[in-house]
Amino acid sequence: MVDTSLAGGGLAAARPDQRPNAPVGSADREGSGPVLQIASAQAARVGGREVPSAVARPIARPGTLRILLRNPAAAVGLAILFTVAVVALLAPLVFPGDPLDIAGPALLRPGTNAAFPFGTDSLGRNVAAGLAHGARITLTIGLAAAGLGLLIGVLVGSVAGYFGGRLDDLLVKLTEIFQTVPPFVLMIVLVAIFQPTVPTIITAIGIVSWPGVARVVRAEFRSLRNKDFVVAARGLGFGHRRIIFREILPNALPPIIVTASVMVAGAILAESAMSFLGLSDANAVSWGSMIGMGREQIRTAWYLTAIPGIAIVLTVLALNLIGDGLNDALNPRLSRSR
Amino acid sequence: MSNGTRVLKALRRSTLQAIPTLGVILVLNFFLLRLAPGDAAEVMAGEQGVATEESMAAMRKLFGLDIPVLDQFVAYINNLLHFSLGYSPRYGMQVEDLIAQRLPGSILLMGVALVFALGIGIFIGTVMARYVGRLPDRILSVVSLVFYSVPGFWIGLMMVVLFSVTLGWLPSGSDQTIGADYSGLEWLWDRVSHLILPALSLSLVFIAIYARLTRASMLESQGQDYVRTAAAKGLSPRAITFRHVLRNALLPVTTMAGLHFGTLLGGAVVVETVFSWPGLGRLAFESIMRRDFNVLLGILLLSSILVMIANVITDLVQAWLDPRIEVR
Repeated sequence: MVDTSLAGGGLAAARPDQRPNAPVGSADREGSGPVLQIASAQAARVGGREVPSAVARPIARPGTLRILLRNPAAAVGLAILFTVAVVALLAPLVFPGDPLDIAGPALLRPGTNAAFPFGTDSLGRNVAAGLAHGARITLTIGLAAAGLGLLIGVLVGSVAGYFGGRLDDLLVKLTEIFQTVPPFVLMIVLVAIFQPTVPTIITAIGIVSWPGVARVVRAEFRSLRNKDFVVAARGLGFGHRRIIFREILPNALPPIIVTASVMVAGAILAESAMSFLGLSDANAVSWGSMIGMGREQIRTAWYLTAIPGIAIVLTVLALNLIGDGLNDALNPRLSRSR
Repeated sequence: MSNGTRVLKALRRSTLQAIPTLGVILVLNFFLLRLAPGDAAEVMAGEQGVATEESMAAMRKLFGLDIPVLDQFVAYINNLLHFSLGYSPRYGMQVEDLIAQRLPGSILLMGVALVFALGIGIFIGTVMARYVGRLPDRILSVVSLVFYSVPGFWIGLMMVVLFSVTLGWLPSGSDQTIGADYSGLEWLWDRVSHLILPALSLSLVFIAIYARLTRASMLESQGQDYVRTAAAKGLSPRAITFRHVLRNALLPVTTMAGLHFGTLLGGAVVVETVFSWPGLGRLAFESIMRRDFNVLLGILLLSSILVMIANVITDLVQAWLDPRIEVR
């Protein structure tokens, strides 16, 4: 897993026309979801003058999604991810039955048989069915593992950043320990020890990937904990839990959201590497395990390795494009640094 | 405070801090591995196809697995204090000797990959920053994002298909031609040709990271006063880019490179497996699969120490490069 703090810096400054704080502030409020809420929270913080008070909650305004769709790179990313998600959802309908079953003659090349558009592997299994069912596993593991890592990271980071002092020292130390043991090695140790199944793989990736988020969240909390709205919330007698989760966290969300999209990408890459090594659920197809199995025929049937790899690259690329787009939309500070 | 004392102070502080961290890592690793079902005796018996109670018990006694876990831990710590990482029944040798055999291969691979990543990455980043917002920048931004999204093991396999199977230019595995008795330039080319594909596969992600980082920090330093001063005194854009902007932008890049040691080692596990490269990463993976825990513990301990050393060196280099950085 790669440090996510620089996830955006790259594309950000290239598009001055996309500077997000300008168009956000329209008053119409059709639709509101979690994403929209975030945009408003950020707008409030960036505006500086209109810091949300403990009493008046930031009003949801449409923005982020629209900015994201107007950014061509992010729109492409969303389109790819949407396609992968649809394929994953429809897999059991289009390719009923177990994708690990023998479906036809072995080693059919792609495009030679209409029933097997991506060909078959050395055991006669349908590559297209494997891809579709693999999309389910890949997305499930990617989302769940990133969700777990996010949960742990947000909890550790917010508690450390909010309370400070001894507790902070302790949690920072814990974060450092997890950053000292090489993450991928720790991950394969965990999966090998607790047997490779979907839940253990999710847990292992989650356990290894939280320190990055924890650092981001801690930094945000440290910078926000003495702001006026937090002081006001304390004055109103709100408890720590309410201040952390309902006052500070919504205002700290933008960098967390950007980190999250990159974490899903990282989790998918980690899963594919592990299942390539053979550390995957034996009863489920995943793109990485398809590459691992196809590798044995790499000299004769290289398409068996190439096709699932392209699926991984496209999915991860889509998530990174979305991450960049979110970064442009939510972190105007970076866009202005030119 | 002079530069020398600052650096020494930082060094002492990091060393003192490293010891308890290392202790915690050691304890956690040891007991984590003891949670695993199965042990080396079981794996070996399974492979040999003979597993009487007596032979298993004898093997466990030989490997030191027959005593209670806490006693095993005490024995392990005792070994460590005598600078021994224990014995690997699998390889029939001391773990420290085994690691010493494999470490140079990994260091070579990781070092060359890092050089590739820094060289190509900083070059791409500089080009992107100079043409910011224009076509070269946009194309390279997409290229670096693709690099960032490609699994290293997969691009390694694809390069094997292209350069080894189809074109026949480069070997597809190992670190040298086995059985060949080359010398001089022939030997050098043999080693280099074996190194290119794995090092490139390992470096791809880092090329992307350093390119984006270089671009971002160059854009940031372009707005600084000293750049305006340099322009005002009539320096050419080229001199400004290389002597003022890039030099200052490299600080965060070197910092990140130092912090990437652990990630690089993780990548090496997969890449070394793809290219049958005799290194530490593949040894780690094999010892997990074979429940050869002394080897695994040794590798985890050593790699944690190496990560810490890399962090300390990064801190020191930073403190040395930039006197404004406070030594805590």
